[in-house]
Formats: sequence, C-alpha cells, structure tokens
Amino acid sequence: MDIRSRNNVTVTGRAEGPVLLLAHGFGCDQNMWRLVLPALAETYQVVLFDYVGSGRADAAAWDERRYSSLEGYALDVLEVCEELDLRDVAFVGHSVSAMVGVLAAAKAPQRFSRLVMVAPSPRYIDDEGYRGGFSADDIDELLEFLESNYLGWSAAMAPVIMGNEDRPELGEELTASFCASDPDMARVFARTTFLSDSREDLKTVAVPTLILDCQQDMIAPPQVGAFVHAAIPGSRLVTLEATGHCPQLSAPGATAAAITSFLGSTG
Amino acid sequence: MMCRTAQNPDAEPDLNAADAAFTSMLEDSAEDLYEQAPCGYLSTLMDGTIAKINSTLLEWLGLERPQVVGRMRFPDLLTVGGKLYHETHFAPTLQMEGEASGVALDIKIAGGQRMPVLVTSRVKTGESGEPMLIRTTVFDARDRRAYEKELLRSRQAAEEARRQAEADRDRLQEALAVLQQSLLPAQLPCIPGLEAAAHYHTASPDLLGGDFYDLFSLETGRWAFFLGDVCGKGPQAAAVTSLTRYTLRAAALHDADPVTVLTTLNTVLHERYTSGDTRYCTAIFGTLHPGDGHVEVHLASGGHPSALIQRADGSADYLPTPGGMLVGVLPKVQFTAARTRLSPGDTLLLYTDGLTEARTGPHRELYGEDALRAFAAGRPPAGPQALISALTGLIAGFGDGLDDDTALLALGVPALLPTTLPTRASEDLR
Repeated sequence: MDIRSRNNVTVTGRAEGPVLLLAHGFGCDQNMWRLVLPALAETYQVVLFDYVGSGRADAAAWDERRYSSLEGYALDVLEVCEELDLRDVAFVGHSVSAMVGVLAAAKAPQRFSRLVMVAPSPRYIDDEGYRGGFSADDIDELLEFLESNYLGWSAAMAPVIMGNEDRPELGEELTASFCASDPDMARVFARTTFLSDSREDLKTVAVPTLILDCQQDMIAPPQVGAFVHAAIPGSRLVTLEATGHCPQLSAPGATAAAITSFLGSTG
Repeated sequence: MMCRTAQNPDAEPDLNAADAAFTSMLEDSAEDLYEQAPCGYLSTLMDGTIAKINSTLLEWLGLERPQVVGRMRFPDLLTVGGKLYHETHFAPTLQMEGEASGVALDIKIAGGQRMPVLVTSRVKTGESGEPMLIRTTVFDARDRRAYEKELLRSRQAAEEARRQAEADRDRLQEALAVLQQSLLPAQLPCIPGLEAAAHYHTASPDLLGGDFYDLFSLETGRWAFFLGDVCGKGPQAAAVTSLTRYTLRAAALHDADPVTVLTTLNTVLHERYTSGDTRYCTAIFGTLHPGDGHVEVHLASGGHPSALIQRADGSADYLPTPGGMLVGVLPKVQFTAARTRLSPGDTLLLYTDGLTEARTGPHRELYGEDALRAFAAGRPPAGPQALISALTGLIAGFGDGLDDDTALLALGVPALLPTTLPTRASEDLR
C-alpha cells in the first residue's frame, strides 16, 4: 500500500533541514499545524500526515482493531518514517499524539532524536493518586456529541459523498471542514485516546524531551503536565501563556518559538 | 370617484408614520432585541472569557450577570463531554475558519439540569484582520435533539438490522452452495477411452437450481450417465433433485436398462408426490459400453430434449427420442429408448432446456434446437471439452437472455490417442 497517500503525507520546509515530524491529535487533522508551519518551515524539513481515520487519510485503510490501540497509531508513524526513510527525527505530537510518539520512539529508537509533547496527557480518567480530570461518563458524553454533530456534517457533506468529481470546489469544502471525520472512526479514536493509560510508557523515553502545556487547558491541566515532566527525567517543561488545548492555534508564535528554541539547544 | 394618482406624492410620509407607529407599539429597541431575543447571545474574548451575555441565556443558565461577565469562559457553561468536544473540534474549527456553525452541545442550566443547544460562533476581526472577539448564538435545541436522537436510534437499528440481514444471507448462501454442490458430482470420473466434460450455469445464486447430471461406474467396463431437469426451483425442487439423483444411481446398480431405470424413478417420484403436490422431472438416462475404439450408447428419455451428436465428420444431428413422457406424473408411463455408437471424434451432448429456451437478439427470440444444432455443426469436432468450452462462451453471450439454470454434459471418444486424463466439471456458480 502507498503509505504517502494512505496517510496523506505532506513534506514541506527547508529540504536539507533537520526533520520535524508533526503529528495531530484526536479531533482534527494536520491542518492543526497550519499557523506554526511558516515559522518551523524556515529551519526544518517538516513532514505532516493524517492518521488513518482522520482528515484526508485513506478511509479504506481503516481497520477498527488496529486503531483501537495507540500502538496502531504508532504504527502509522513508524510506517511513514520507513516510507520516507526519516532519521534523526524530532517528533512533535499534539495531545494524544505525544503518547503515540513515545510508543513509536520505543519501537524504533534509531529513528527519533527528540520528542516535543504538546499538551500531553498520559491518562485522562482519574485514578487512585492521579488526577486526569475526567470520568468514564464524561467520555461517553463526548461520544454522544460526536454522533449528534455528525448529523449536521453529513448534510453539509452530502454533495461530496454523492460524488461530484467534476466539481472540485466541493473538495475545498471538505478541506474547510478539517475537524469533520467519519463518526465511526472518530468514536474509535476518541475511545482509544480517552481510555488510554500511557503512564508506564513515559519511563521508556530516552531522548531529550520538551513538554509544552498551557496555563488553562481542561484536557491537559497543569498538574498533568507536571506529572509528565516528573516521569521523564531530564525533560524540559514550558508552560505557554495560552488558553485551551491547542496552543499551536491560540498561541502559534509562542508555540513555534518554544519548539525552535528547544531543538536549537538540544541539536 | 376620486382620482387616487393625485394623492401619490403624499404616500411616503404616510408609510413612515405607519412604521413609527409600529415601532412604538412594539416598544422594540436594539437593546431589547438583544436582551430578550428568543436565543442566547454572548460575546467572548479570544480566550473564551465572557464579555457580554444576554438575559435570555442568563435565564436559561440561572445565573446573574456579575457571576458570569469577566469571570467565566464559554466552555465553563458546557457539560464535561461538551467541553471535550469544544476543545477538540469546536475551538480549533473556530480558530482556523473564523466560524463554527450549528454545533450540538449541552449547557448546564438552572437546577443542575442540562439543555441541548445548537451553537454558532463567528470571530469578529479588526480592520487589519486581527481577531478581536467571538460572537456566539445559542439556540434551544431540546425538541430538535430529541428528534435527532430518535433518528440516530433508528439509524443504528437499521444499521444493526442490515448487518444481521447480511450475516443471515451469507449463511443462507453458504448453505445453498453446499446443498447445490451435493446435487452435482464434484468431479467427473476418468473413463478409459472416453472423454467427458460438464458445465453448470446457475441463473441465480439465491435459488437452488433443479438441473442435475452425473456420470458413474456400474461394473467393470460399463458406465452410466444421466442429465435432467426437475420442475420448479428452490428448496422443493432441490429435494426432488436429490431424490432423483440417488434413485437413478441406485436403480442403475440394480438393473441398468435405461427404460427400467426411468420407470423405477417414475414409480418413486409418483409415489412420493401423489398428494396434490405433483413433482416431476425430465431426464435422459443412458449406459456406455466402451468397445474397441468406440463406445456403444444406450439411452432412454423421459420427456427430455433429444441428445445432440456432433460427429467426427463435422455434422451434427439429434438422436431422436420421441414420445417419452414426463417422469413422476402418471403411475404408468412409456419411455423411448435409442441407441447409437460413438466413434473416435464423435461427441454426445446432453443439455437442459435453459440453453434452447434462452432469449436472443433484439426481439428476444428463443435460441431453439435448430440454432443449437447449427452451432455444433459450425464448430470443428474437437471433443467434449472443446464443445463445452464453446457452449460456455455461448451461454455467457446470452447475458440476461438466459434466466434459467443450464446443465451441459458431453461424452465423446477421443479422435486420436485414447486419454484417461481427469476431466473436471466446470461450474459457474456466480
């Protein structure tokens, strides 16, 4: 199978620059990085992709069993790395992708040299002695909203679904709805994300690591960032003056600067 | 009568006066429109901090303005699942696209209840395009959400029913395929000095066909064959086919005389299906006696289309078996026997009427027995396998003109060297 088209791989930036692999989290797709891309592309060769089940990845490649564990998503990362023969990769993962990066680096340590975890959380559901911020019921409620909001989406997308290959402007609409995905696949990704527990996996991290969290983020609150920081010896924690879970959108300048500064100091 | 056109210059002031009258009657102002609108309004800073909110929304929330403005962020109004959706879908879309519309969320309202709403937000930008604030409308979607939930439930139920139906159909088709295969030989036997080939065309994978054929050993040096067609289709026909096949095989072992075998079958079918549910078949049964470089054929027909013989000299003729009666209808029957000799290069073809009753051409005419004879005569005599291949191609060309099952069995004496190569029955169970 052609991995480049399966994962909608985009390569941009400075061709001879160090490799930066940007991985989106649950919800949207590689467009999440659009606002930080210009700054990063000046220095780095930037590789972007969509996980199967998100964005414009090949929906035909979907395999519910594979993508029901974070290892399945890590396999996407590794297959993209192999396909492009990426080495010395600085992996930047947003949200759940930070943990996917941890798993990928443990499987193929020779390919990864640095890890940037943007708003990471190794476990979303509260546990004894650990506060992730959510209960299992909260996750069920999210799954419901995925369903409800698909109704509206499917109406808007109907012309595309019904096949209008001769009308490319409809394809543009699809791009615009970059947070819209098939609800069945989104449900699996949501469940896999929010029911995951990667706390033990943090111990395997053996490369210089930057943790970027936000002052106010209900999905990855400050105490979770501190937990990740403590679990990865030698890691650097930078808290951005940003609100919400997506600093690459709400504070793109500060996010790009923090990444560049970290990579510059550890390169 | 007054001339109305004369008053036209005065019409406009009248209208303005009416407008003013309506406005004062409604006591409506921009402020009142905002505060008492039938939907919730709020404006937030880019980080979500609420800067302005209307009375309608405050009422729904059961909160006072000072508790909210400057103190709460928009996501604080949402349930936890809604916050998750907001952070992972709504906020990124809004930040990237400047607008997110018609998104289903729940807000926490007075009394600890939750209220389904539809939220639309738009980013207001400054003159140079920089984002300044987010304007949001919140629509009461209680009725609509209940309706949508019902739709979703229906869709899920329909989806589940479809899955179940597909699984059932797969199981059924598997069972049908196994049953169908039990009605036909998996492989034709190897017979010294004789070549055999067969083909079974299934018109519909969902329906068990009623055609059958077989070729089997009687005792040393003698063989028997049959081919026939049970009336009807489906499970009942398949049951008759099964009974027919095993009766013919058993009867042939007892006494292989073709008329005797068909008479036995007639007795069995007639006895089995007397009580109103008449089931019958047409069939040709025959025996083969391989001799020195040729094969003697002795066959009898019960109401079945005559066998066709393609001779080594290129001619093709039917082996007439007129007057043979349907098998299983009447207690006393007469069957017509015939004999022939197959010399090297000769091929005997048995077929069911699916072939001759296929519809062809723009006028959908019957293909017919004359066309079949001409087809065989028009082919070089190259043995059973070649004839079956040619007929398989012919059948494929009929397309939907062939709506019945069709069985073909060809038996011949090889033209040159005797062969004992196994010949496989070909099937196109679609």
